[in-house]
Order: sequence, then structure tokens, then C-alpha cells
Amino acid sequence: MATDLKTTPLHALHLRLGAKMVPFAGYDMPVQYPMGVMGEHNHCRTKAGLFDVSHMGQVRITGSNVAARLEALMPVDVAGLPEGRQRYGLLTNDAGGIMDDLMFANRGDHWFVVVNAACKEADIAHLRANLPDCDVTELDRALLALQGPTAEAAMIDAGIDVAAMRFMDIADFDAFGGLTISRSGYTGEDGFEISVAPDQAEALAEALLAQEAVAPIGLGARDSLRLEAGLCLYGNDIDTGTTPVEAGLTWAMGKARRAGGAREGGFPGAATILNQIAHGADRRRVGLAPEGRAPMRAGTALHAAPDGPQIGTITSGGFGPTVGAPVSMGYVPTSHAAEGTALYAALRGKFLPVKVASLPFTKPGFKR
Amino acid sequence: MIKFTEEHEWLRTDGDEVIVGITAHAAEQLGDIVFVELPEADTEVAKDDEIVVIESVKAASDILAPLDGTITEVNEAIVENPALVNEDPMEAGWFFKLKLADPSEMDTLMDEAAYKAYVAD
Repeated sequence: MATDLKTTPLHALHLRLGAKMVPFAGYDMPVQYPMGVMGEHNHCRTKAGLFDVSHMGQVRITGSNVAARLEALMPVDVAGLPEGRQRYGLLTNDAGGIMDDLMFANRGDHWFVVVNAACKEADIAHLRANLPDCDVTELDRALLALQGPTAEAAMIDAGIDVAAMRFMDIADFDAFGGLTISRSGYTGEDGFEISVAPDQAEALAEALLAQEAVAPIGLGARDSLRLEAGLCLYGNDIDTGTTPVEAGLTWAMGKARRAGGAREGGFPGAATILNQIAHGADRRRVGLAPEGRAPMRAGTALHAAPDGPQIGTITSGGFGPTVGAPVSMGYVPTSHAAEGTALYAALRGKFLPVKVASLPFTKPGFKR
Repeated sequence: MIKFTEEHEWLRTDGDEVIVGITAHAAEQLGDIVFVELPEADTEVAKDDEIVVIESVKAASDILAPLDGTITEVNEAIVENPALVNEDPMEAGWFFKLKLADPSEMDTLMDEAAYKAYVAD
């Protein structure tokens, strides 16, 4: 392990569990455990998987008019989010590109934001610069995710009664030194993200792993789970060169910020984004189902016809264990974005058939 | 006779041919294999030609021809069920049969003891 890598409060536990560790966003993180990527993926889809996502940034914002100030940074309805609820958000730049995607929650006396590990320093600087009279603090806390159809039962068995929570609720619990729990995740399954003090993180993880239904899941299966669920990976599927409309994330904006809404526009890149909503974007993110067995990974070129010019690119792809076949996502011209459109991927000197498919590839298990 | 390459392939003599596969160590390192693309039978290959593509849940890898020769048969069972390579890498998960251009070249490869020492390093 390179000495400049950071570690999470669960690092010693990962090593004890036999994880294979890799550098990820500056952290030494588990890519898989002895169960293996495929086994971990299937375990999470059928039972419950425990993920260490402590590398992500957890930010607390207090001050006046935070909602209005966040709405000046995101094309998202912040002011309309009730206390005790969480929502998906996007930081945009002046060109309408996506600086990061995040989760934000209304906690009554403060706002709680979870951002991507690789973006957290830039995000916090951006928030501080744009919320000058607010307090923007990165919390020194671990973040665990428990995901899967038996996640609720496992939480209850560990003494944390989350039964009353619904998808995207967020609440505090007294157990393990005080927890902040949202019913959300990055797998397409029902589940929870649990913010815990660093010195309680291992005890919490052990209490969950002590149950037969719970297994530790590494970054490998985290990626195949989110890919099947059609969820974007920042840096692959979305970045400063893609707008929310191109990325198929217009749903995240809410009516209030669109043309004719109560708080229309007023976010970075509004002219571009609102114009794309009204008149369509030139390209969009789509699901892609390779017809053969060969996985088509990020960077693979897409063509409308064999030997024709490149028209698009795959941004995420691999084998989908639940689908039982390769699955990908990528960007294509809007003219080629209709479900069922036949395309070709350039792979090892061949043009292999791939069809535009609807997302997600797997049915979500959220408890609405 | 069974021999091993530094690329973690095994070669087992079978009459005047050799059967080629990847070692249990290689299969474990690659992780769950989800795709195998094999060459056509009757293909002439030179040592280090990239002749097989395998993809695991993690990444794509090439398998190189271990020696000069002609492919005489390929194992379609691992195309249909790539997991066979993980489950039984040394037997049912074989890749192809090769008629060596020069059978004496087998002597240049590692024996089992040498391969075990190589993997342990």
C-alpha cells in the first residue's frame, strides 16, 4: 500500500475480512472480499450487503437562506424539500456541465450533503465560496451502506428500528454513539446509508456482519450493482462535459426550477439547460444491451453501421450478474437514442451488435 | 507431462498434441470469468500471439500462444459456460489443443515444482 493513501475507520476490518485492497479516489479501499465480485453482487441482490463508503464527503451546512443559496448552485428543487427528507442533486457550471452529483437532506436546523470522494475538496471549496456567511463543515464520520432486500430486517436485528422509514427519509438514531440514517443507496435495492462516528464504525459494521444475511461488498460489485440499476458514476457517465439533460437526469430538476416553475432558472448554466429541456439536446445517455456475450466497457466506440463513422461512446460497461449478460451505458445522438435502435460497438477490430435499452436493467427494490 | 508458462498457462501432453489452459492461480487472480473468445481450429499460431480473449467481472485479458503450433480443437464448453474456467481450470476448463511445431520446446517451460516456486515469489 502506497503511503500517501488515506484509510477509512474500517480499514483494519477490511484486512481482517481478507479484502483485496486497491487505491480509489486517494483511499486504500476493498475492491472485493473472498466471496468474489459475482458472489457479492448476487448476495446484495438477494440478501444484504455492507459497503464502506467512508471515502465520500459528508458535509454539514448551517446558516441563513441555505436552500436559496443551494438553488443558486443546483438546478434542483431545494426549498421544497421537507424536513427529514433527502434528494438527489447536481452542481452545475456556467456551461450547464455537471461538477458533481450528490445527495442533500433537510435536517431542520442544518443541511446534510454527501458528495463524491474524488470531488469533495472542490465541492466544499465551491460551497464555501458561494455560501460565504454560512458554515460549511466536512464531518469526520464514517459512512456505511447496507443494501439489499433483507437490509431492513438486518438493521432491526442490530437494534436500529428503521421500519417506519421510507425511501429517501433521513433520521437520527441513538444507537452506536448516534447515527444519521437515510433510506437510500447506490445499488437499486432497498437499503440504508448510515453516518457513524469513526470510533463506533467498526462496532456497527461487526454488529451487522454478525448476521447471516449480511456480507461485506467491495467496490467491484458496487460498480456492477449501480450499473444494472442505471445509476451514473461521476467521472464516467457524467462530468463537466455533460449536462443534466444529456445525462437523462432532467427528472432530478423538479418542476419548480424549469420553465414556468415557481423558481425558474437562476442556477449555473440555466440558459443551456432550459433550452435543452425545451428543444432537446443533441445527444443523450442511454442503456446499451450487447447482443453477444462480450462485455463492452467504458471507452468503446459506437457506430450506426459497421465501418461507418463513430457516433457515440460507451461510458460504463461490464457483465451484469443479475441480468446474466453484459450491460453498458453510453452517449449517442438523440436521433439514435430510441429504445431498440441497433448500433455497433468497435471491439478488438470487430463491429459487434448492441441495442439501445431502457434503464434500469434491473427492477428497483425501493420501499416507497 | 505437464508444463507451465510465466503467463500462468498449463500445457499437458495428450498423444502428439498438448492441451492448454490457465492455472488455478490465474483463474483466482482474474476473478469470475464471464466471457471467452477462442480461435478457430486449424489456425497456425506463433508463440506470444494473442489468441484468446477472456473477460472477468474486472477486466479483459489476452491469453498468448505458449509455443508455435497449430490449433487443432477448442473447448466450446467454456464459451457456453465461462464459469467452468473458475470451477475447474485444470480439467474441464481447458482452452484449446495445440499441435506443436517443435515438441522439444516443451523442455523450455517450467515443471510443476518450478511453477509453484514462481507463483510463490
